[in-house]
Amino acid sequence: MVDRRYLTYFDWGLLALTGMLAAIGLMTLYSAVMAGVPTPQEALFTKQLVWYGIGLVAMLVCLLFSYKLMERYAWLIYSGSIVLLLWVMFFGKYIGGSRRWIVLGPVSLQPSELAKIAVIIVLARYYAKYVSGRGFTFKSLQVPVIMTLVPFLLIVRQPDLGTAGLIGLIAASMTLFVKIEKRTLWFILGSGLAMALPMWFFFLKEYQRQRILTFINPDRDPLGAGYHIIQSKIAIGSGFLTGKGFLEGTQNALSFLPEQHTDFIFSVLAEEWGFMGAVILIFIFLIFIFWALNIAYSCRDPFGTILAVGITAMIAWQAVINMGMVMGLMPVVGVPLPFISYGGSSLLTTMICVGILLNISMRRFMIE
Amino acid sequence: MSKYLKTVDSEWFRQRLTVVMLCVSMAALVLVVRLIFLQIVKGQEYRRMSLNNSIRLQSIDAPRGLIYDRHGNLLVDNRPSFDLYISLKDARPVEETLGRLAMHASLPQDELVERVAGVRGAAYYRPQLLKRDIGRDALAVVASRRYDMPGIDFQIQQLRNYINSGLAAHLLGYIGEINTKELQQDVYADSRPGDLVGKFGIEKSLESYLRGERGGRQVEVNANGQVVRVLQTVPARSGQNVYLTIDRRLQQRAEALLQDQAGAVVALDPNSGEVLALASSPAFDQNDFITGLSRDKWNALINNPLRPLNNKAIQGEYPPASTYKIINAMAGLQEGVITENDIIFCPGHYRFGNRSYRCWRRGGHGSVDLNKALAESCDVYFYQVGQRLGIDRLAWYAKAAGLGAKTGIELDHEGRGLVPTADWKQKRFGIAWQPGETLSVAIGQGFNLATPLQMAAFTAAVANGGVRYRPTLVKRVVSGEGDEILDNTPRVVGRLPVSAANLALVKKGLWEVVQGERGTARIARLKGTDISGKTGTAQVVGREKLEESEGGATVRKYMDHAWFVAYAPSEAPLIAIAVIVEHGEHGSSAAAPVARELVKTYLEGAPSDPVVAADAGDLGHG
Repeated sequence: MVDRRYLTYFDWGLLALTGMLAAIGLMTLYSAVMAGVPTPQEALFTKQLVWYGIGLVAMLVCLLFSYKLMERYAWLIYSGSIVLLLWVMFFGKYIGGSRRWIVLGPVSLQPSELAKIAVIIVLARYYAKYVSGRGFTFKSLQVPVIMTLVPFLLIVRQPDLGTAGLIGLIAASMTLFVKIEKRTLWFILGSGLAMALPMWFFFLKEYQRQRILTFINPDRDPLGAGYHIIQSKIAIGSGFLTGKGFLEGTQNALSFLPEQHTDFIFSVLAEEWGFMGAVILIFIFLIFIFWALNIAYSCRDPFGTILAVGITAMIAWQAVINMGMVMGLMPVVGVPLPFISYGGSSLLTTMICVGILLNISMRRFMIE
Repeated sequence: MSKYLKTVDSEWFRQRLTVVMLCVSMAALVLVVRLIFLQIVKGQEYRRMSLNNSIRLQSIDAPRGLIYDRHGNLLVDNRPSFDLYISLKDARPVEETLGRLAMHASLPQDELVERVAGVRGAAYYRPQLLKRDIGRDALAVVASRRYDMPGIDFQIQQLRNYINSGLAAHLLGYIGEINTKELQQDVYADSRPGDLVGKFGIEKSLESYLRGERGGRQVEVNANGQVVRVLQTVPARSGQNVYLTIDRRLQQRAEALLQDQAGAVVALDPNSGEVLALASSPAFDQNDFITGLSRDKWNALINNPLRPLNNKAIQGEYPPASTYKIINAMAGLQEGVITENDIIFCPGHYRFGNRSYRCWRRGGHGSVDLNKALAESCDVYFYQVGQRLGIDRLAWYAKAAGLGAKTGIELDHEGRGLVPTADWKQKRFGIAWQPGETLSVAIGQGFNLATPLQMAAFTAAVANGGVRYRPTLVKRVVSGEGDEILDNTPRVVGRLPVSAANLALVKKGLWEVVQGERGTARIARLKGTDISGKTGTAQVVGREKLEESEGGATVRKYMDHAWFVAYAPSEAPLIAIAVIVEHGEHGSSAAAPVARELVKTYLEGAPSDPVVAADAGDLGHG
């Protein structure tokens, strides 16, 4: 039966933070799909509500089993996600030039989202087993590199460079967290540079260099990414200190913010709620991340700690990249803002992550 | 568990987590600082820009590449067209604005209203095309009353202009608005709805060279939608200029010669495969497609029984008729079933099985050797050669001559023609090949089909000593800045499978056709230049049916197609030609004079007298 201590240790704080982010997310989404738009898209809002419901259920399901089962079944979860990625490569649905979706009746899922969690779990298992204060060496990093590279390449092929890059970042963050031995670290950085420089000067063609430069600096492409960024900057900037008010955003019409309900939703929030609103959101994210890192700390089991760090890294990177992108600080990549952006697969993943964090948190007594 | 804790303890993790928290805090700080910059430092400026949604994108269209003939004569260029645009957001109330516009510029209001009826979503904020090419007068009115009509703007666009209206219409083709199906293709990845792209002919097949690269501007507009400031500009790159292989004067001459007839002409340079002229008649005026074709004009084009939209030079598939005897003769010599001096007696018919196969000359040709057989186009001679070869050997030579396959010229919709074999018939109809059918095939009738381009390419190969070049229309492509993008060199696709000695025998016969005392195409003789050639008369219906109808007035649609293939000068050929005149009856009378005039135009460099109607007394037969 359910141990009473689970309730005692249940992390109501994390749940409350999640609730706040969900509330802000739904509110902003409502504005993004309903206000000032020539054709309101209520359906998107309803869909997102349903996805939150599904996410909640998934989150609760995550609590039923000890997260330690994930350590035992890490390889199963990992292989399962690879199979799904292969499946989508051959039978996935083509949308907008890429194969990312598996369609199951009325819902479509992106296996690359699941792959993110799978990589975190399998890396956490490996690192927990071999972690030592001395840091990982070149030899002991071979396995994790391969484990990351397989889903990474499959997702690059879809192509979904945003998600693939994210997996790379998460894996790198986790690896740095468990420490890379100093000489190995220098070697990796050195050889990376030694390969990148001649690549840039000798192997890339002029147009490829141009494309990369444009990616880094969207202002070079005033008709494409640069136009989206300037519209996004106008939206954010025009919010001023206190914003234009709920449902009052004017940039928030389909033509001015590209994908304003998915990747550019932060601009909608910043326009309507101004500097105050935007800073509050950043602050809540910050508390959420600190909270999650504290869960990692209080867990006395290396697997739990590293797992929690990996999950936190995922949410933190997405938040930073997404907000940095819409503010014109970073290249335009398709990374959603967790809890806020419209999108079922991404939301489901985020809620599963919250479930795993809650799971780790409420079982912390089991070690002591 | 305890094993791990020996090496790493919670203190070690705590230290590392502290570093992580520091990093996260730094990132948050950067975001907040950026927000201060955007929302507080520059907030006023962005607020102003957002008030009338003032940043717009305007595209700058790239001028399409020009098309020249082989001597650098301009065939296709661009002229300015003044197009009316409307920004619906700025034009509110839209109905009223359109009403005023219709009144001032005397344009039909319904048409304008219809054009913007379904516009919503993102397009609502972008300028929408109202009407193309309104002309200078209407433009003057609109320009002077712009403040009366908010949201109305005009743009100057380059419009395609075919300088010699109707010239080489099938070859040059035309451009038109891109359709949904094309938009999904990779070739048009950079194109957007409303773009003009090549739809037919060279305009279509060289689209990627001609198109150029669109540019654009980020502009700030005022409340009336008028540009107050250009923020950033990406210049357009003009399309590349194409030099075709055709000779404008020869092309004009070819079209003039085909005037009022249905037919086609292909002239090639036999030493490179370059197309000197490629005409199909009747033609159409491409400029009609650019300025908009009225429904009546369109209906007239598609309902015309002479199929003006059809490029007969490459799409028209006709029985090659007696021109096929060149292949038959080549095969017979090469396979050793005949020699130069073998004599076959022609009594005017040939009995085979229980049927009698006629020669076109009812009285017969008497004793016929190879030279005479070609010169006088004796059917009986070639019935027997074909019979000795058998259908499959004949077909092999026909395929080796390039029949039954696309030549690979840079135009869409090329026909492949048909080289019948016993296998083919079995598969197609489920009926075994009848030996008698070989006889029909041997004189180019029966199931045989070839396009004028295929016959011209084959004739070119005969003329140059057996080298088969891929016919090409493109000489070179040059960028707007003058850099050479493509220099098209002749491409050899094969050789005729015939020895030099045997080919010389065939060529002697072809010389005899025009220059000999009893040749079927004496009408094609030209003073000063020897021409070699072969006539052909392709049956449209069986002879019985034709004779039936001859009782009354001869129905034109039952009349035979006239072929003539030729090259000149005979000794060192510079031009190879195939002519077909639909329902022209005899190759000699209808088609041969066309070839003669083209040779004259090309070699002598001066237009000659109009074609004289065939002299009835001098009739040969195909």
